[in-house]
Amino acid sequence: MRRLRAAKDKIARYLMLGIAIFTILFLLVIGLSLFFKALPIMRAKNLWVLLSSANWKPFKGDFGFLPFILSTFYVSLIAIIIALPFSILTSIYLNSYASKNVRRFFEPVVDLLSGIPPIIYGVWGTLTIVPLIANKIAPRFVEFSTGYTVLAGGIVLAVMIIPLLISITLEVFRSIPKEMTDASLSMGATKWQTVKKVILRKSISGIIAATVLALSRAFGETMAVLMVCGNITQLPHSIFDACYPLPALIANNYGEMLSMPNYESALMFSAFLLFIIVVLFNGISRFTLNQIERRYQFS
Amino acid sequence: MKQLEEKIFKIIMICSAMIILGVLVYIIATVFYRGLPALTLDMITKLPGGGFYLGKEGGVLNAIVGSIYIIIGSLAISMFISVPLVMYINFYLPAKSVFSSLIRFSLDILFGIPSIVYGAFGFALMIFLGVRASLLGGILTVAMLIMPIMMRSFDEITRLLSRELPDALLSLGATKYEMVKVILRQLMPGLVTAILLAIGRGIGDAATVLFTAGYTDNIPNSLNQPAATLPLSIFFQLGSPVEEVQNRAYASAIILTVIILILSFSARYFSSKFSKNKI
Repeated sequence: MRRLRAAKDKIARYLMLGIAIFTILFLLVIGLSLFFKALPIMRAKNLWVLLSSANWKPFKGDFGFLPFILSTFYVSLIAIIIALPFSILTSIYLNSYASKNVRRFFEPVVDLLSGIPPIIYGVWGTLTIVPLIANKIAPRFVEFSTGYTVLAGGIVLAVMIIPLLISITLEVFRSIPKEMTDASLSMGATKWQTVKKVILRKSISGIIAATVLALSRAFGETMAVLMVCGNITQLPHSIFDACYPLPALIANNYGEMLSMPNYESALMFSAFLLFIIVVLFNGISRFTLNQIERRYQFS
Repeated sequence: MKQLEEKIFKIIMICSAMIILGVLVYIIATVFYRGLPALTLDMITKLPGGGFYLGKEGGVLNAIVGSIYIIIGSLAISMFISVPLVMYINFYLPAKSVFSSLIRFSLDILFGIPSIVYGAFGFALMIFLGVRASLLGGILTVAMLIMPIMMRSFDEITRLLSRELPDALLSLGATKYEMVKVILRQLMPGLVTAILLAIGRGIGDAATVLFTAGYTDNIPNSLNQPAATLPLSIFFQLGSPVEEVQNRAYASAIILTVIILILSFSARYFSSKFSKNKI
């Protein structure tokens, strides 16, 4: 009886260890298999040409990823520029000003925003943001725009990353010891002065980490951006041009890719590119955030 | 002067919070406003009929059932992996071990990988295994997507559990395995929260199932048949030039939004219940 119990315990322990090792290796497996799938095109073309050429003609065997990389970058940049001020201001408000009831009311709001599926954001974007840009905003700056633009993608993405930014900056703010803000307040500083001189200064590294994390989330967002940004292969010259981010490229071309040589490999190359960038960005920012959490937890 | 600055910034902050709230309301209101006229009982009880994509009768039952099949399958897989893993990190490994922080770190990164990358990886895996776009492919890929979500949220809740219960169990002579079985019962509301969050993410994601689950107008009978999903159904209906079909896409969007709202609020309910148990 005793031996049976011990044996069960042992089996469970080894199974769990196996699962734990599998989880760590899983990341490696994904990376490696995408790499090997992308290898044919990296062999066929110079890596630098792949990344820096704007010439995209899969039928002729020309694969230049620059339009897609730049599109991804522009859309994400606009999203961050829009989302960051809103998120930081709202987090400060929730952290230092809002009453308990307001905070309790706002938690599900943030939850819901992060829970809404990308496709719903896409539907909302095509129904509201795209016509708004086409009819109201763009005519002031350019002659004609369909509304399916870099700006539309950026706005929709901004709304999608706001909940992530808010929840992480809130956590960073909470990691600041209460004694510090109390000291500032008791010296006669106003709340805003305390926020400016103590809270923000203390949490700058955390905010940067949150920004990097949100940026990597923006890079990989597919469906919502695909639905509002036009999907035309070109180097976007203004925010009122259509663009074609990497995830949209993968999503749009899966059906036909098997008929052309190297096309599948090219798409896998873009997935691999996304994977590398996201893992890198995530790794750096998660490491920073863990460091911050640890610093205050045990001090 | 400093009082004035205080006031100005307070107003700006309240405005930005209000704008975020307003956007949420705006999104939900837009979907309901456009979708409600086309939302009929047929939408959720009928399969697409002949000429459905030309505006004739039918519903999106295929997509609803397909999404449910996929989410149930992937939940089963990810639970079998997440629950033991979280128990292992929290109760088998020492509190500040390098190994457990390495696992948590990889979970954080897996959590950040975009669903389209999971989709591409799932597709590559299916080619490798010789599986066509099917229910099975969708289940496997969505399982990869929701696994880190489940593990992380379940882990967060498990970490809040006080150490007294495990210590008491061990001192009574229970093996660790027996201890974990008792603790799991205590953690049930937390596990439910984690599951609901994972369902919410899995059911709404289109990029993972785009190439792995395929699309069909029927309800799949076996694992190797293609399966329709709700987000893709919305996407394909939106792409139609026919106005009735587009309106039905908005109606399907209502169905998806309502599912997400229900999931989100019940997750909140269960997690609040958990914190009550704890104290």
